[in-house]
Amino acid sequence: MTKEDCKKLVIDIISDIAPDEDLTAIKPEVKLRDQLQLDSMDFLDIVMELRKRHGIEVPEADYSHLASLESCAEYLTPKFAAKA
Amino acid sequence: MAYDWLKGIEDHYDIVVIGSGLGGLTGANVLAKCGHKVLLLEHHYQLGGLATWFTRKGGHIFDISLHGFPIGMIKSVRKYWSQNIADSIVQLKGVRFINPQFSIDTTFDREDFTRQLVEKFKVAAGTVERFFTDLRAMNFYDSNPETTGQMFARYFPGRDDVQRLLMEPIAYANGSTLDDPAITFGIVFSNFMSKGVYTFQGGSDMLIRKMAAELKKNGVEVRKHVVVEKILTEDHAGRKRVAGVVANGRAIRCDTVLSNSNIKNTVLRLAGEESFSPEFVAQAKAVRVNSSSCQVYLGIRKGETLPHIGDLVFTSEEPVFSSEKLVDLHTTSRTFSMYYPDTRPGSDRYTVVVSINAKYEDWNAMTPEQYAAEKERLIEESIAALERHIPDVRAKIEWREAATPRTIEYYTRHWAGTSFGTKFEGLKVSMDLPAQLPGLYHAGSVGIIMSGWLGTINYGVIVANQIDKALAAKKRAAVPASA
Ligand SMILES: Cc1cc2nc3c(=O)[nH]c(=O)nc-3n(C[C@H](O)[C@H](O)[C@H](O)COP(=O)(O)OP(=O)(O)OC[C@H]3O[C@@H](n4cnc5c(N)ncnc54)[C@H](O)[C@@H]3O)c2cc1C
Repeated sequence: MTKEDCKKLVIDIISDIAPDEDLTAIKPEVKLRDQLQLDSMDFLDIVMELRKRHGIEVPEADYSHLASLESCAEYLTPKFAAKA
Repeated sequence: MAYDWLKGIEDHYDIVVIGSGLGGLTGANVLAKCGHKVLLLEHHYQLGGLATWFTRKGGHIFDISLHGFPIGMIKSVRKYWSQNIADSIVQLKGVRFINPQFSIDTTFDREDFTRQLVEKFKVAAGTVERFFTDLRAMNFYDSNPETTGQMFARYFPGRDDVQRLLMEPIAYANGSTLDDPAITFGIVFSNFMSKGVYTFQGGSDMLIRKMAAELKKNGVEVRKHVVVEKILTEDHAGRKRVAGVVANGRAIRCDTVLSNSNIKNTVLRLAGEESFSPEFVAQAKAVRVNSSSCQVYLGIRKGETLPHIGDLVFTSEEPVFSSEKLVDLHTTSRTFSMYYPDTRPGSDRYTVVVSINAKYEDWNAMTPEQYAAEKERLIEESIAALERHIPDVRAKIEWREAATPRTIEYYTRHWAGTSFGTKFEGLKVSMDLPAQLPGLYHAGSVGIIMSGWLGTINYGVIVANQIDKALAAKKRAAVPASA
């Protein structure tokens, strides 16, 4: 899996959690919270969906890695690779 | 022979949920959607816990806790229940305050409160702006010893009237006082201020009916009339862990228990002191519960109408706001929740529910005669107070009834009939529970901030995530990685 694939999977999840948001123009480097109406419950939902859909566990101490699309890809791509 | 309310259940579940308040219902739903086998047990004959209603002869339907919640409910209900349920959430625009210090009409949001505070209360715009912004930035894990009263004194020194405007509605919403940590006010107040007050159109009955259908669709086994008497434990590698529950006298095995029962009941009565360290038991005993409530239910005769006097009317004859006075047996502070026909579209009926904060000790100490007389006094005083706004209302009232802290205790089994769970320290005991007794989790009104409809729904999800994580790890450990 490439980082781009990983970003797509994260966007898939966010589009279900926040169906009213326009996700076509997300800037990968900018914090998700600064571009979308996401609160701490939404981030918890991202963690739950990663577990449910992909069997990936994000420990609480690592939640900060989910801040932007880029940091998500950086953090999650190796986890996806380890599963393959 | 008595009917077996547990007929046909299985011997083992991944999770048993004790109680069907909004925290228990939501936890059960989320866990079932994660693929776990869930059994939900409720002692009452109706689901919903405090999110409940009752009907009376003459076609009256009374809602107990449907007075208003923040806009965040729309999102939470959509995500953890369904879009269809969320679609019934609508704004209540008529919030009124009537007391010796001021009378105002407001939509109860930041924009309108800013306008009122600046124009009517003559507070500097910069101060109001700073207050709202600072409150918005509060987090529940901040360790700030400041109390709500101290915080008001810092922003609005000497302003009893401003304190009343800010505090009175929140004291009704979560039972907090001026002596509680400032965040217990700040988080709840900010949630409301973001967009105002919302309600569920169709009533509590429709909400709970739709939630029950959703649980069924997602495979949750739901049983009413079932009291959980005990949480069972067993020794596992030298440590106690949850093994099941005893309900209506029968043992049911499970890996995990999610208790929506009050946290003190959960620790001290259901699991029992023997399941924990003495330090933890001491912590649980030290948790203070919040105050309770009385309510007066007034059903308007079919064919009669009431004028629109607002949706939520906060009234009081007290000269200034005081947390003690608010819960006094003889308080004159009452909130009128006015239910017009559009509460239940298609209906032409009106009801009024009067909410009054109260202390369990006052009501529990009464003899049966006193109890009956005090309930009658409450009803009379409430009608007299309403007559000031609707002079001819008395003749239109067909049904009148009162509930007290003892009613709440009877229906929910809550410790000291608490309406709003526990004080702040209860949150820590609730969150520490699984570390103290593996397999036992709690979700329900605790810590003031995790209470109310929105707070308990979200807390149910937070705890469901922890359970899902633990069960997923267990399943991974049981299956070789390559399989
Ligand atoms: C008068 C009043 C007005 C309110 N108004 C509002 C409002 O306008 N807006 C708002 O947001 N919030 C309001 N609230 C608060 C809100 O209703 C509660 O915070 C919320 O509904 C509590 O949910 P919960 O998950 O903690 O469970 P609860 O509703 O407390 O339910 C717990 C459930 O567990 C069951 N149970 C307990 N022990 C056992 C056992 N051993 N076996 C089986 N079942 C058991 C009980 O029967 C109950 O059904 C109000 C509360 C009151 C009392």
